[in-house]
Amino acid sequence: MTGTPAGASPRRVGGYERVTGLQRYVADIHLPGELVARLVTVPCAHARIISIDTSAAEAVLGVRLIVTAADLPQPLARFGPQFADRPVIAEGEVKYHGEPVAALAAETKDAAEEAARLVRIEYEELPAVFTLAGALDPGAPLVQDPSLRPNDRLAGTNVLREHRVGWGDVDVEAETADLVVVNTYTFPMVTHFAIEPHAFMAAPDGDGIAVWSTIQHPNWLQRVLATVLGLPLSKVRVLAPDPGGGFGGKQHTKYEPLVALMALRAGRPVRLVLSLEETFQAARRAAAEIRVRTGVRADGTIAFQDIAADYLIGAYADIADRVAAKGSYPGCGPYRVPSARIVARSILSHTVPSTAFRGFGNPQVNWAVESNLTEAALALGLDPLELRLRNLARKGEAFIPFDTPADGDWEQTVRRAADLIGWGKPVPPGRGRGIAIGIKAGPTTGLSYATVRLLADGSVVVHAGTSDMGQGARTVLAQIASDELGAPLDWVTVVMGDTSVVPYDQQTSASRSTVLMGNAVLSACRDIQSRLGAMAARLHAVDQASIVVEHGVVRLPHRDIPIPEVLKPGLGRLGGELIGIGEMRKEDEPDHPLGGSAAFFEFNCTAIEVEVDEEVGDITVVRHVTVSDVGKALNPLQVRMQDEGAAIMGLGHTLMEHYIYDDAGRVRNLGAIDYRIPTSMDLPLELVSDFVENGDGPGPYGSKGMSEGAVLCVASAVAAAVRDATGVAIRDLPLTPERVWRALQDRPTS
Amino acid sequence: MTATIAIEVTVNGRRRALDVAPHHTLLDVLRDDLDLTGTKECCLVGECGACTVRMNGRIVDSCLVLAGEADGAEVTTVEGLAADDRLSRLQAAFLDKGAVQCGFCIPGQLMAAQDLLGRIPQPTTADIQEGLAGNLCRCGCYEQITEAVHAAAEGPSR
Repeated sequence: MTGTPAGASPRRVGGYERVTGLQRYVADIHLPGELVARLVTVPCAHARIISIDTSAAEAVLGVRLIVTAADLPQPLARFGPQFADRPVIAEGEVKYHGEPVAALAAETKDAAEEAARLVRIEYEELPAVFTLAGALDPGAPLVQDPSLRPNDRLAGTNVLREHRVGWGDVDVEAETADLVVVNTYTFPMVTHFAIEPHAFMAAPDGDGIAVWSTIQHPNWLQRVLATVLGLPLSKVRVLAPDPGGGFGGKQHTKYEPLVALMALRAGRPVRLVLSLEETFQAARRAAAEIRVRTGVRADGTIAFQDIAADYLIGAYADIADRVAAKGSYPGCGPYRVPSARIVARSILSHTVPSTAFRGFGNPQVNWAVESNLTEAALALGLDPLELRLRNLARKGEAFIPFDTPADGDWEQTVRRAADLIGWGKPVPPGRGRGIAIGIKAGPTTGLSYATVRLLADGSVVVHAGTSDMGQGARTVLAQIASDELGAPLDWVTVVMGDTSVVPYDQQTSASRSTVLMGNAVLSACRDIQSRLGAMAARLHAVDQASIVVEHGVVRLPHRDIPIPEVLKPGLGRLGGELIGIGEMRKEDEPDHPLGGSAAFFEFNCTAIEVEVDEEVGDITVVRHVTVSDVGKALNPLQVRMQDEGAAIMGLGHTLMEHYIYDDAGRVRNLGAIDYRIPTSMDLPLELVSDFVENGDGPGPYGSKGMSEGAVLCVASAVAAAVRDATGVAIRDLPLTPERVWRALQDRPTS
Repeated sequence: MTATIAIEVTVNGRRRALDVAPHHTLLDVLRDDLDLTGTKECCLVGECGACTVRMNGRIVDSCLVLAGEADGAEVTTVEGLAADDRLSRLQAAFLDKGAVQCGFCIPGQLMAAQDLLGRIPQPTTADIQEGLAGNLCRCGCYEQITEAVHAAAEGPSR
């Protein structure tokens, strides 16, 4: 028996189920006696609820339960990962279009839908804010009740928080810089659009509750539910089948507390499967406006960066303030910047609550700062690649003074991308090239436990609380166990997504799982290896210190024995198993601006060649090169899939995606007809994904997280290429044909 | 409650007699009445392709087909692609080329790709991209899906 080594690309674990239709996502699971729930909303963003008449709805055959805020335990529970500001259901007031005012459950989907249409809500529309300018106006209505933020000087404004990071002295540098470039950039609201809409189920479970959710963070959800329901953690079982795509939109609790309360009240299971339109109203990326002042010296070195980033978040905080803080924090990029000032604000509005989304606030600031660097280079008459290379931090350099030093040979990545795009070679007429660099701080804290069980026949069960939402964690964790314990990959089972079975994992986010859970699994395997070493010492009467167990083999001083040949006699007549326990912690650092330094940096360089049809403003991405520093690719095929997926997602917000709001604060392009994401017809003519491996990451075998890198700087690279092709700098996304065409009409004739 | 209508539909070779609500779709029938949950529900407006199935020799968005329209029809879903638990060449190619990440769009992609190969046995990349343009993949596996369709086209017949 031999294991599948880390570094191979076996078929995805769980792939068979996914190509045969056997994979069960939340919406595919039915519980005996379940009721079907629907939500009821009002057609505007901000309203006072005057009355709710449910009599007609109650009369619908099959309706079993209708709840409003008044029907739920008082005081109504509020929750949220940063602020406990989101009520289980709207209480007195609706703060964004799509916030549920009532919820009902019926025997059938048809009855639930009919009844939902019959709930009569009388409401008074209230003044609302949907834009940064509107929210920051001194006369703006307050989105959040100030009493939720006692003793906060900002509580009387729509600024939820302001984050300041900096070093050196920007004002002094500004005096001596040879060139200062100031511009303002905007980034639109976009949404995750996982093909699986969010789905939730809850069922009374003895003296507790069982909740199924498309959630990325089952343990976090368990904590929220325990608090809301007043139950010990042990009585809240969260089942989280592999999500059908997450991208950050499924990190945090949404309607699970509501569905749980409904199930307890009905005494029956309740299921709520959101429509795609409702999912658009449940999660989005923060829009942003970023003003950047970049100072450079004549020799092409950066003198300072002065960044003010306003993130337009929604009506409830969710994790959006953390997104603003963490997304803007590496805003100066991977460069030597002597002086920096970064001010980020999260600003509430009467819109869909924004949350984590692949890149976690970094794509917004990257769009601005990298674009401005290109402007600075061109103004200096310097090649934008050359300017970047001149300032790029070398490995080990503390480019953010109080954080993890540069943890890769980043120049290698940048040069690889430049080579692959043919940087410096002649560009055909009508075309242009652009290059940009993305960097993101990995997880700042972490806690993952894993248990690994080596069964009597040498097969392996791994228990890991990571969610496999497509990134392939199940496969990579199985590969680690297979490599270490020598079981063939199809003899390894990875159990995930059930808090009653699987030990605690903090979360599946920030491209952490290969590094943090991977290390936990690795250390559980090492625990087993050390037990095997003790067994072998006993069986063969040798000193344990002379035994090495690795890659499925027990190495005695004079011969190697496959693990099962030690395991079987070692376990003896009763059989049994060896249980290994692994733990990976990254402690918080209370004095750090983010509460912890980066476990690693995701580093990506994207180089783009475009052709612009000036008649209609249409951009064709001729070649899209993405190169990421991954440390070590534990599964090179999956690395490529994640890298390309991130790149294509980046093309979405760069070229086509954005929410369109009307005057009443309603999203006008809800759903798949009017909100377009990249299809197979929107791809670059050539997409090249490559990676750099120097084994210098903190994860197993030198790996780093890499699932977000390629989304970070797509917009900056594409816009730079458009600028190269047309001479026009566009500072608002997305780069739709209309926007490009208009910009070309305004181009000064020389 | 609305009156039901009686339909007969052959799904993956098995004849089924059902009473369905007139406004229910083929997707509802497959998922809710027959528990064939491989066919996925996402946009319900015929844009995402997650609910693609084969009906009477051509592919349809099952969310846009009323159950009554499927009366007498022959329907194949993703569950009908593997014969005797052996993956079809296309299914195997999807796994070998890395065309599957979260997997939620994959049933629809497979149905559309199978149909494409039936119409164009040796498709070009442009044929594949056009043939699968109605099937969204947010994981962005388009390159790998294209490679898989090429691989399935080139391999020996099953």
